[in-house]
Amino acid sequence: MSAMAKTSIHQTDLARKRLARRKAKEKRFRYAGVTAVVIAMVMLGWLVVSLVGTGYTAFFQHYLTITVTLDENILDPNGARDADQLRKANYRKIIQQALYARFPEVTYRRSKRALFQIISASGATNHVRKMVYQDPNLVGRELTIVVPVSDDVDQFLKGYIDRKAPEELRRVSDQQIAWVDQLVTSGELVRKFNWRFFTAADSRDPELAGIAGAVVGSIMALGVAFFLSVPIGVGAAVYLEEFAPKNRLTDFIEININNLAAVPSIVFGLLGLAVFLNFFGLPRSAPLVGGMVLGLMTLPTIIIATRSALRAVSPSIIDGALSLGASHTQAVFHHKVPLAASGILTGSIIGMAQALGETAPLLMIGMVAFVTEIPTNIMEPASALPVQIFLWSDSAERAWAERTSAAIIVLLIVLISMNAIAIFLRSRLERRW
Amino acid sequence: MKAASTNYISDLRLKPNMGEVIEMMASAPAAETTQAKFECRNVEVFYSGKRALHGINMDVPDSGVTALIGPSGCGKSTFLRVFNRMNDTIPNARVAGQILMDRQDIYGKDIDPVLLRARVGMVFQKPNPFPKSIYDNVAYGPRIHGLAPRKSDLDTIVEKSLMRAGLWDEVKDRLKEAGTSLSGGQQQRLVIARAIAVSPEVILMDEPASALDPIATAKLEELIDELKEKYCILIVTHSMAQAARVSQKTAFFHLGDLVEYDDTQTIFTNPKDQRTQDYITGRTG
Ligand SMILES: Nc1ncnc2c1ncn2[C@@H]1O[C@H](COP(=O)(O)OP(=O)(O)OP(=O)(O)O)[C@@H](O)[C@H]1O
Ligand SMILES: [Mg+2]
Repeated sequence: MSAMAKTSIHQTDLARKRLARRKAKEKRFRYAGVTAVVIAMVMLGWLVVSLVGTGYTAFFQHYLTITVTLDENILDPNGARDADQLRKANYRKIIQQALYARFPEVTYRRSKRALFQIISASGATNHVRKMVYQDPNLVGRELTIVVPVSDDVDQFLKGYIDRKAPEELRRVSDQQIAWVDQLVTSGELVRKFNWRFFTAADSRDPELAGIAGAVVGSIMALGVAFFLSVPIGVGAAVYLEEFAPKNRLTDFIEININNLAAVPSIVFGLLGLAVFLNFFGLPRSAPLVGGMVLGLMTLPTIIIATRSALRAVSPSIIDGALSLGASHTQAVFHHKVPLAASGILTGSIIGMAQALGETAPLLMIGMVAFVTEIPTNIMEPASALPVQIFLWSDSAERAWAERTSAAIIVLLIVLISMNAIAIFLRSRLERRW
Repeated sequence: MKAASTNYISDLRLKPNMGEVIEMMASAPAAETTQAKFECRNVEVFYSGKRALHGINMDVPDSGVTALIGPSGCGKSTFLRVFNRMNDTIPNARVAGQILMDRQDIYGKDIDPVLLRARVGMVFQKPNPFPKSIYDNVAYGPRIHGLAPRKSDLDTIVEKSLMRAGLWDEVKDRLKEAGTSLSGGQQQRLVIARAIAVSPEVILMDEPASALDPIATAKLEELIDELKEKYCILIVTHSMAQAARVSQKTAFFHLGDLVEYDDTQTIFTNPKDQRTQDYITGRTG
């Protein structure tokens, strides 16, 4: 009857206090979440900024345009145009003479050597050798070529070597700096996009090294891994999920598949070494073996992804099929597998992306070799992108550091694209009905 | 009475004669006999050894609609699944006793549940069209049973089935669209068309209208009324009014027992058992 009696317990001061406390708690939780996200984003941003910061310059390279005289007396003294002679000829001298001709004032031997060091010696000689070899008629003529400068000059021009530092502390001398400045002013030395980085295989000289060999090796290994692990993995998953009797043996197999997914990848490398190389005698460093090892490694991932995709299919669809007189096998292959396809595909792509980034197992089977040729088939020695990164990161020169970062950028872009494709395919396939 | 041989699905070794199939769809058996379609003798169902149905004895007539009513958990769905052996697909479920369909034991060794399910269709509580086109939904059954050797035959079956399910006019211009894009009531009729397309003798329905609004429900009941001329229908329902409207026979289940089974009229006007009376008047359940 009194006013007190009519007040609900949710309207008292105490209730308000309880509500305030609850809200404060929720707010604290929200702040904690935001903080975690911010920290994660900062770290990620830091990684990207530092990678791009050190790596982007590797996508450019300085080139020198120079005219060489293909002196017959040096290249082909007996005039036979013999292929063997043309290959072995002293192209180094040709390049040297071209440089001396460009700077006639250089006469001291030591200065001449310093002058020759401003361009990529093997880059220039190989370039000219290839041209002459392809067209022997060039001998005796003049030829204008565009060749990379040496890695030290390139780094200097990219600003990584301080011209104010004491001469004995930098890798380019005052004299070389003067020549380079002159060439830049005259427009003979220019910066260009570094296509070679994407088209060449590895090299001892950073200015000539590219990722193409490693990329092709990775693609081959991934192809092998895909054709090995996807059919076997999906088949095994469908059988285990839908047809295998439920008994101790299948329980045991299931536990072991889950365990395999957690086995460190280097163990798969050891397995590959013991089985594929030592027992079956397959070649070392071959993408075939690398692919088989990566395929074994992704097998559990694909089996687990496929099984959970199958389990996610609504049982009412299967009941519908069964009630129409479809056999169990028909219900599985007409309805369950197609409906699980997007999940299976996503799992496979993510498994493949994992395999692409894997280094350790490839080290064990020798895909860590220094390979200067782009492999043409899966039995040839090859490297792989992450292994290439590992190899380059071990080298001391500044030019390798930028190439390491650039290769990492390429690897990350490929991985992110693969995951994006997986997400895109999933949403596409799911939106169909 | 239908001889077993007129049901082409029971003998799939013979290629079906399309004329025969379509004729069968057009002139299904007249509902005149008092012959029992199903005879249940002491049917029990166990889930993991726990008994859910206690020795059911019941004859389902060859024609008309038989309704199964009773409180939740009393075993209606379990009993319904006995007739098309869907209980076989549930792990841990076991069926005991005898169920004769046209005098033949459907749990006998010579009966393949896959063919039985072509003869005994089923419609579920939640509409479950396949995530395929409307056409493919209806065509699926005839395809897997090889009923339509030619595309034109399949087209005929799809059209007839959709017509019979009262859906043709609504979907004839959009057969290529997803079955799941239809409304709930349309989906349920699509599922019925899908079941009809394999020319079953019996259609089992487990609360087919429970997910539908009153208008869609009325349409569905109208459809059931038409279908009962050609098919033996068993329907589980929670709506007393629906049971009274659509069925000729009603069975009342309680805690796994068949309490009372009689003409629908009798069950609703003059039940013999107190439990039936309490349930239909809303005092229990
Ligand atoms: N798959 C199953 N596994 C174990 N027990 C089950 C299973 N299906 C049903 N049961 C049990 O069997 C009994 C009967 O269930 P059933 O689904 O047949 O009831 P119902 O009459 O259809 O109920 P409702 O009206 O709620 O659909 C219930 O006690 C239920 O718990
Ligand atoms: Mg039920």
